[in-house]
Amino acid sequence: MIEYLMLSRTAESLYWTGRYMERADFLARILEAAVRLAALPARDGAAATAWASAIASAGVSRQFAASGRTPSEKSVREFLAFSPDNPSSIRACITAARTNARSVRTALTIELWEAINGAWNGLNEFGEPSKRDDFVRYLEWVKGVSLAVEGASSRTMLRNDAYWFLRLGGAIERADNTARLLDVKYHLLLPAGERVGGQLDYFQWTTLLREVSALTAYRWVYRESVRPWLVADLMVLNRQMPRSLASCQGMIVSYLDRLATDYGRRGPAQRIASARLTRFNETNIEEIFQSGLHEYILAFLSENNALAAAVHDQYLV
Amino acid sequence: MSGHAGSDQVRPSYRTLARWLEAAPADLLQARSRQAELFFRRMGVTFAVYGDVESNERLIPFDVVPRIIGAAEWEQLEKGLKQRVTAINAFLKDIYGPQECIKAGIVPAELIFTNPHYRPEMQGRRPPGDIWTHICGVDLVRTGEDGFVVLEDNCRTPSGVSYMLENREMMMRLFPDLFAEHRIRPVETYTDMLLASLRASAPEHAGADPNIVVLTPGPYNSAYYEHSFLADKLGVELVEGGDLFVNDDIVFMRTTEGPKRVDVIYRRVDDDWIDPLTFRPDSTVGVPGLMAAYTAGNVTLSNAVGTGVADDKAVYTYMPEIIRFFSGGDPILGNVPTWRCREPAALKEVLEKLPELVVKEVGGSGGYGMLVGPASTRAEIEDFRKKLIADPDDFIAQPTLALSTAPTLDGGSLSPRHVDLRPFVLSSPAGVRVAPGGLTRVALKAGSLVVNSSQGGGTKDTWVLDD
Repeated sequence: MIEYLMLSRTAESLYWTGRYMERADFLARILEAAVRLAALPARDGAAATAWASAIASAGVSRQFAASGRTPSEKSVREFLAFSPDNPSSIRACITAARTNARSVRTALTIELWEAINGAWNGLNEFGEPSKRDDFVRYLEWVKGVSLAVEGASSRTMLRNDAYWFLRLGGAIERADNTARLLDVKYHLLLPAGERVGGQLDYFQWTTLLREVSALTAYRWVYRESVRPWLVADLMVLNRQMPRSLASCQGMIVSYLDRLATDYGRRGPAQRIASARLTRFNETNIEEIFQSGLHEYILAFLSENNALAAAVHDQYLV
Repeated sequence: MSGHAGSDQVRPSYRTLARWLEAAPADLLQARSRQAELFFRRMGVTFAVYGDVESNERLIPFDVVPRIIGAAEWEQLEKGLKQRVTAINAFLKDIYGPQECIKAGIVPAELIFTNPHYRPEMQGRRPPGDIWTHICGVDLVRTGEDGFVVLEDNCRTPSGVSYMLENREMMMRLFPDLFAEHRIRPVETYTDMLLASLRASAPEHAGADPNIVVLTPGPYNSAYYEHSFLADKLGVELVEGGDLFVNDDIVFMRTTEGPKRVDVIYRRVDDDWIDPLTFRPDSTVGVPGLMAAYTAGNVTLSNAVGTGVADDKAVYTYMPEIIRFFSGGDPILGNVPTWRCREPAALKEVLEKLPELVVKEVGGSGGYGMLVGPASTRAEIEDFRKKLIADPDDFIAQPTLALSTAPTLDGGSLSPRHVDLRPFVLSSPAGVRVAPGGLTRVALKAGSLVVNSSQGGGTKDTWVLDD
């Protein structure tokens, strides 16, 4: 048990810094995948759905439609990467992460602050690249920035509550992102008339793996061609895969446990998180498919929200 | 290069630097200057500009040529600063206490009781150790060979100390060999001194380890960088009003583990805003009930509430008499000669000489609401004349001084630019201390006399030599 106490507001800002940086990275990955999908030969009809699916993957279909936009390369790139009226655009996320970080500068190491502040400064330097080449470089940069932030935090931060809250936000956001991604691919993408297991289907599952930098991992783990249920297994249950739901859950539990140890007290957040991890350990991918992957994911997302709310009530007010 | 106005002689304290500059490659200073800007931007050393929608965060321009003060000169300056701030604390204690200085006719009563910064709530109160202005920034200018005069006292929430410290860091990074050639007294001790001062000013109940916090209005305040910088260096929490609450006249902060008692608040929020129950009810950056906790003696506010009555520009004009009254000796640091426009004879003289003078609003700050006669158009001067006649009590006037200049990088070469100096004076029950240095502000426009950062001024590192 440590004596050091943290302001609730500080904890909250750290938590959201973690969430927003993670979301920025995820959006860059989704957009990269969309650029790749859209480059497929036209007879697959991929370009049209690629951009729509990026919007769906990001979980902002409703906001996108409400803004009066229709999916095209231009509108989707603009909406997801730069739009000021999309509070989840990459630019908005990096700005929000920086605003949060700035309000708790004293809780950050100089290296971590400079990494986040550098990301924010970089937004201006990049502007809004319109050429595809420049846009792809921008996405590369966003991913680099999130690596720099993650590296700075893991290499320079004390392992205390500040670090646990930052990481906890990242892990909860990551779980949410993976679940959404999986759900969108499973339900939305395949145009009518396309065969499950056909070329487009195959390419889409492969792209999903690429989005989360897991194509090579898939080959190492399964030594098979890409099959939907194995992709789902990797993304949901495989504990070796850092982005899988089970992995994220494991991280969430461990960060919450460290907080509980440091503070000498467990609460609802720890109990909810542990119970979920136990359920992961008791299930397999066949069961999940039998009862419906979509239903499973919807339940996961709502539990994830409940967990976030419990964290909030326990520490952040 | 010249160390001051009206002379082509290099000041002795600048000789080593002058030699170094002559030997340095032509583009070195410009390269270092660009490097400095890059560092500052990366570190986020910025200030916010109100009403500037284009970019709400700006860098304060940094000049890489240091300003140098010799050891003997500093020693004199330091004595003067200690004398002045000691007198200011005694004055505040008196104003909110027996008011001897008013009874003795040193300061007119209405100047105090109609002062917008006079707080009747503090009448009869005594903060721990009778310290009112724990941190005081005194603005000085050099007007000639015979040394510095005081332009203004800042006893409420003086800012700029983070720039004093960051500028030094930057210079050590950019010019390590210059530091090897000079013996420069370190300013880094400031934060230790500040922490010691704040601890020594804690209420008695707090014991050996008081819980100290820095209170900021938040990230949108112009000096937010400084607030976070100080909290960081002090190793204390940076809190906003919403992080604190008052229960039974005791101040607590909200933490991940529940409420924790707060003993000392280094507040960077003005009196008006600290407690909506006592002062402005529309304040959202304050803490309801804070004044009750304060007057109950359960928490130290640094600086004390009501100190503004001493840094008013009208009270400033009485400072030499105030120092004499409370210290029993002559002031070591003089004032700039000042006309009190509230006095009819002075007003008449000021109106006659208006185009030659600097006229300041008594309650103004940040270079706003002032007239710099020689730099103004006839229309601006006439405009100000009307204001003066309508409300003479609101203004003071000073001659446009032959302000000292310091060599400053201007494009590729060095030019003289007007400078002022704000050293920071710390008071606690354990004594008064001054960090060896201060914030030098520099008017970057040729001929300009306005050095405020909100008016496009820049800063320089200030070196106090050790020998």
